[in-house]
Amino acid sequence: MDFNFWDPFTWIGEWLLNLLVGWGLAETIALTLLRFAGAVVLALVLLLIGGVLFTWLDRKLSARIQDRLGPNRVGPFGLFQGIADTLKLLTKEDIIPAGADKIVFNLAPLLVTMSVVGIWAVVPFAPTLIGTDLNVGLLYIISVGSIGTLGIMMAGWASNNKFALLGAFRTVAQMVAYEVPMVVVLLVPTMFTGSMSVHAIVEGQSSLWYVALAPVAALIFLTTSIAELGRAPFDLLEAESELVAGFNTEYTGIKWGMFFASEFLHGLTISALTAAIFLGGWQGPGAEARPLLGFVYFMIKTMVVYFGVTLLRFSMPRVRIDQLLDLNWKFLTPLALAAVCVTAVAEKLALATNWSRLGVHIIANVGLLILTLGALWVRARMVRRRFETEQMRLAARSESAAD
Amino acid sequence: MHDQWTFIAFFLPVGFLAAAVAIIAGRLLGPRKPNPIKQSTYECGIETVGEAWVQFRIQYYIFALIFVIFDVEAVFLFPWAVAYNKLQLYMVLEGVLFILILAVGLFYAWRKGALEWS
Repeated sequence: MDFNFWDPFTWIGEWLLNLLVGWGLAETIALTLLRFAGAVVLALVLLLIGGVLFTWLDRKLSARIQDRLGPNRVGPFGLFQGIADTLKLLTKEDIIPAGADKIVFNLAPLLVTMSVVGIWAVVPFAPTLIGTDLNVGLLYIISVGSIGTLGIMMAGWASNNKFALLGAFRTVAQMVAYEVPMVVVLLVPTMFTGSMSVHAIVEGQSSLWYVALAPVAALIFLTTSIAELGRAPFDLLEAESELVAGFNTEYTGIKWGMFFASEFLHGLTISALTAAIFLGGWQGPGAEARPLLGFVYFMIKTMVVYFGVTLLRFSMPRVRIDQLLDLNWKFLTPLALAAVCVTAVAEKLALATNWSRLGVHIIANVGLLILTLGALWVRARMVRRRFETEQMRLAARSESAAD
Repeated sequence: MHDQWTFIAFFLPVGFLAAAVAIIAGRLLGPRKPNPIKQSTYECGIETVGEAWVQFRIQYYIFALIFVIFDVEAVFLFPWAVAYNKLQLYMVLEGVLFILILAVGLFYAWRKGALEWS
């Protein structure tokens, strides 16, 4: 096969396969070996990007937003800061507290890293570049993502530290809660595509991105993803004023670094998933024929979402735990259920009546939004009334006490 | 189908081992000078009182129950969503009815005060 500049991925794969088969390997063994090599390369690149490049990017962005310079000493623009940090973390002493459960304590950062890296197996980077095209991709993303919650609980419990345990409890309450609207809202792209494969979902967006058809669902997905990530405004799992550092209080050196790197990688992960599921992934003009172009489109979309998430992170105050759970159970979950019902009916309506698909969905979503705002208005008025009568009663009582 | 999962079978252990290698390297490269004070559990600089493995009042076990209900619901709904394009309108409405019944359950839990964090 000739080298095609626009599709280097297929070319590299076929070249390596031919090479291995040329060495006398059976084709199935060669394919398995290639899959293994692909897995190693993808995992290492992701960990490097998450641990080295994105810590730098995040610090630079936060510095910009807070009117500082950020890292600027190590290398051009401080670009090698991540490498310096990694070296420093590697040479720090590995302290295991005396009361800790050693096996679980060491296992926790590994599980967290594995869960975050594992999600990327089904993310389609380009039409011809995807780890593996699972037909249950969305379920895989959710289930592998939940392993991270387990890792955090293990870290908090094994530390035998009260702050770590409380932080882990909060994290589990938060992650378990926000998984519900996330799972429910993922039904929407599944309905549109008729498949749970992420690759098929991206291909289904060739004419219209799903964010246009289901803006409410996209917004809920992004919000719940940020909550799963545990970043501001939902970062109370490591509320430093209350919990020291949350679940990773007792961790030092590179073990702590693993939590840190996987958090940054998770930030990139949710951006990539939002880009793939709702923003059309690698779809764009000319991407079908030129996979390299598709890769660039995908990266641009991911970066835009990542920038948005970072901007949100540095502009929002932290919410309280009861507010956080209220937002999830009393707002996002009913809204996600309503969004799925409305979308299911609207899509069938559009098919049955030959109306514009986009128009029907936009009207349905706007209607849903108006209903939601109305419900919020009624509820806010109810709460305010209750508060005012309470205040009046208190004032009357203090007056009578003064008499 | 089988081929799709071989990649996962490689990928997850590689992710796990990559982190393990980093941690072992940190073990080898870093100094090791343990002493009792350094290894004591951190408690804001004061002496550690007791251990953390005591019975906590877990405030969210009802949340956890509701979570289980809704997660199972979602598992039931995914086949419905995958088959959506082949379904008649009344089948879609049946799915919606299923969601509404669960929504009623959520509102019941809400009215009963199960969704309050206290």
